[in-house]
Amino acid sequence: MENELMINVEGLTFIYKGQESDLLALDHIDLKIRDGDHVVIIGHNGSGKSTLAKQMNALLLPTDGKVHVKGMDTRDDDSLWKIRQTAGMVFQNPDNQIVATIVEEDVAFGPENLGIDPTEIRKRVDQSLLAVDMAEYAQKAPHLLSGGQKQRIAIAGVIAMKPDCIIFDEPTAMLDPSGRKEVIRTMQKLNREEGITIVHITHFMEEAVDAGRVVVMEDGKIVMEGSPREIFSRVAELKKLGLDVPQMTELAQELKDEGIKIASNILTVEEMVSVLCQLKLKN
Amino acid sequence: MSIKIEKLNHIYNPGSPFQTNALENIDLEVKTGEFIGLIGHTGSGKSTLVQHLNGLLKPTSGKIWIQGEEITKPGIKMKQIRKKVGLVFQYPEHQLFEETVYSDIAFGPSNLGLSDNEIASRVKEAMNLVKLPYDELKDRSPFDLSGGQRRRVAIAGVLAMKPEILILDEPTASLDPRGRDEILEQIQRFHQEFGLTIILVSHSMEDIGRLVNRIVVMDGGKIALTGIPGEVFSRSEELVNMGLGVPQITTLMKRLNGEGYQLPEDLFTVRDAKKTILEWLRGNNHA
Amino acid sequence: MLKDITIGQHYPTGSVIHGLDPRTKIIGTFAFMAGLFLIKSFWAYIVVVVLLGSVILISRIPLKYVLKGLRPLMVLILVTFLINLFMTRGEIIFGVGPLNMTREGLRQGVFMAMRLIFLIVGTSLLTLTTSPITLTDGIEHLLNPFRKIGVPAHELAMMMTIALRFIPTLLEETDKIMKAQIARGADFESGNIMNRAKSLVPLLVPLFISSFRRADDLAMAMEARCYRGGENRTRLKALQWRKNDGLAFVVISGYFGLMILLRLTV
Repeated sequence: MENELMINVEGLTFIYKGQESDLLALDHIDLKIRDGDHVVIIGHNGSGKSTLAKQMNALLLPTDGKVHVKGMDTRDDDSLWKIRQTAGMVFQNPDNQIVATIVEEDVAFGPENLGIDPTEIRKRVDQSLLAVDMAEYAQKAPHLLSGGQKQRIAIAGVIAMKPDCIIFDEPTAMLDPSGRKEVIRTMQKLNREEGITIVHITHFMEEAVDAGRVVVMEDGKIVMEGSPREIFSRVAELKKLGLDVPQMTELAQELKDEGIKIASNILTVEEMVSVLCQLKLKN
Repeated sequence: MSIKIEKLNHIYNPGSPFQTNALENIDLEVKTGEFIGLIGHTGSGKSTLVQHLNGLLKPTSGKIWIQGEEITKPGIKMKQIRKKVGLVFQYPEHQLFEETVYSDIAFGPSNLGLSDNEIASRVKEAMNLVKLPYDELKDRSPFDLSGGQRRRVAIAGVLAMKPEILILDEPTASLDPRGRDEILEQIQRFHQEFGLTIILVSHSMEDIGRLVNRIVVMDGGKIALTGIPGEVFSRSEELVNMGLGVPQITTLMKRLNGEGYQLPEDLFTVRDAKKTILEWLRGNNHA
Repeated sequence: MLKDITIGQHYPTGSVIHGLDPRTKIIGTFAFMAGLFLIKSFWAYIVVVVLLGSVILISRIPLKYVLKGLRPLMVLILVTFLINLFMTRGEIIFGVGPLNMTREGLRQGVFMAMRLIFLIVGTSLLTLTTSPITLTDGIEHLLNPFRKIGVPAHELAMMMTIALRFIPTLLEETDKIMKAQIARGADFESGNIMNRAKSLVPLLVPLFISSFRRADDLAMAMEARCYRGGENRTRLKALQWRKNDGLAFVVISGYFGLMILLRLTV
């Protein structure tokens, strides 16, 4: 049943019309995202991943093929606002997506646009700020916050619209490591505790480790798809695509090449420690 | 080109409710040809510190010498200092403004009052250094280029001033892994082939560890740690307390030792770890 | 740092004046200004001083802070004074070369300067006691009746909000680009006017480009959050008339009535 899918992308092709030449940004993409999924889409700049993200929220429309959000066709004008309310979006630059001069006013922006009753908006604003651990900043001016905090405000602004799914378009690219952690933690919490479907677009490989599924894009096509473990064990292919591999996976691969009996799909330090300790004991 | 900083203090908005001590009693010496990695949490004072080195900010108190010349003295000609100390800001592509790549890179050299011939040869050389094809790109608009290329144009714009000290503030921010590796490789070449003194401000421990001779860690406007990469990384608890990460490899070695082994903790590259772990597993030494 | 500048110079104290509905304060300010222009005699200024003085007292904003708003406009006040001083015909009391100071000029000069000072103090009290966002809200509500004749009330208010939101961001950005260009040897400080204007190109071009990029990003982010203009939009904080607003209107009406009376009689 198509209706069970949160997002269903079928044969999606998208061409950017340029002044001199057209650019094929997406080339026959098929992708199914189920309710409650946590999918990470990786690829380097220009691989088409951000274009794909904007298709999921009807900010861009297919040149060919179809995108359905909870059964709604993105090309259907009547469902436009319902689609955008269902699939919220968080963008890369934390500065360029905050509208108001006070944090809580910004969080209220989405619900206000939906014409929701003020008492309900107040409730949602408070809940959303709690969900991203920013309740104490409700009255602050956004420009005085750190990048990670601004991004969490942007997330609260989306949550206040009660979406089923949030698409994150490189939300950590402009943040420092601690800001990055704040955003990732928030994302995981929303997925696990609130059951919100997460589509996360990034070029930081280490952020894909905790995902349910990883999709790798290159030249407007999906070139790999699978669990993080499956994807990262393909070290050589990833490197050829100009992508990073977690240090632990790379180390495992290198040790394996030296004849050590070790699985090449190790992702975390903890796993590596226990595997190495077992190997050492056997010697 | 050497740098010497003595008791440098910088207070923002003194006497106002917004007063903040951005730098406190910084003492630092950088030798000619050294490659320094400057790390620290956002707001630790890194950017404030580097902006003092070419006079963009004036210290509240303290002194700075560039190659023996005190640049914090009143009446010093800052233009001369800025010629020697090149500063590449974060997201440097945001400073591009000319119609062509050529004229944008030429902006710095022409401010130095050089002849047209000299400017032309410097532009060519700078583009070469950052691996931008001169003939193909010189007449293009910088705004038509890809993000990574634009950033390299901006870096070339500083290199064309032929600085002897090059300071880069997070030159790889927002780039994808390929773009990041290209830029870092080039920075390494500026250091190795041209002997530039380099200060690289970065958040990435892995990148810093791989490239630099010495790491300076800043925290709360002070220098918290300094030393060769292995030394600094082995103090992972302190780093984590300052909100900084540690390379996965260093963490791995530490955890293994937590299991009762005795492995060196100053490793941070996959290559070194592989060697050590192979020896350890095969029981040659350690353990 | 540039980003610490508080735009609109809002000075929150939580006073009764701060708590008034922005519409009351906007209408009040206009009435105050209109009253000022009715004044013919110095006597009427006593009423103005009493009114302004009480408002400042009740608002709990330090007088020094209120008067700080005059500083950037000092030149304008001085020029107004001098022009009136020398350009008014009448009984000459002092002459320097071709310039003649007249008794009528002196009176006129002082009169105009005072009017200007009260005007500035009065309007700055509005921004000092009202946060930018509530001010915008008030303007939107007041303009609403004019939508029928094509005044885009909501859009104007939204533009003001966004401008206020991005002023600190752009100030910070200006500072950064300026430093980046100075690091490349740019000189923003010396040279004649022509050279200085030319030297601004490396600052203004990047600033424009980045503003356009931000506008683009923001438009997309607003669209993604279902923004589609003012139709059917609700507000988190609805404006409400309270008892104090009624009181304020009594005071304002009293002031305005007195001004008309003084104009007609004195």
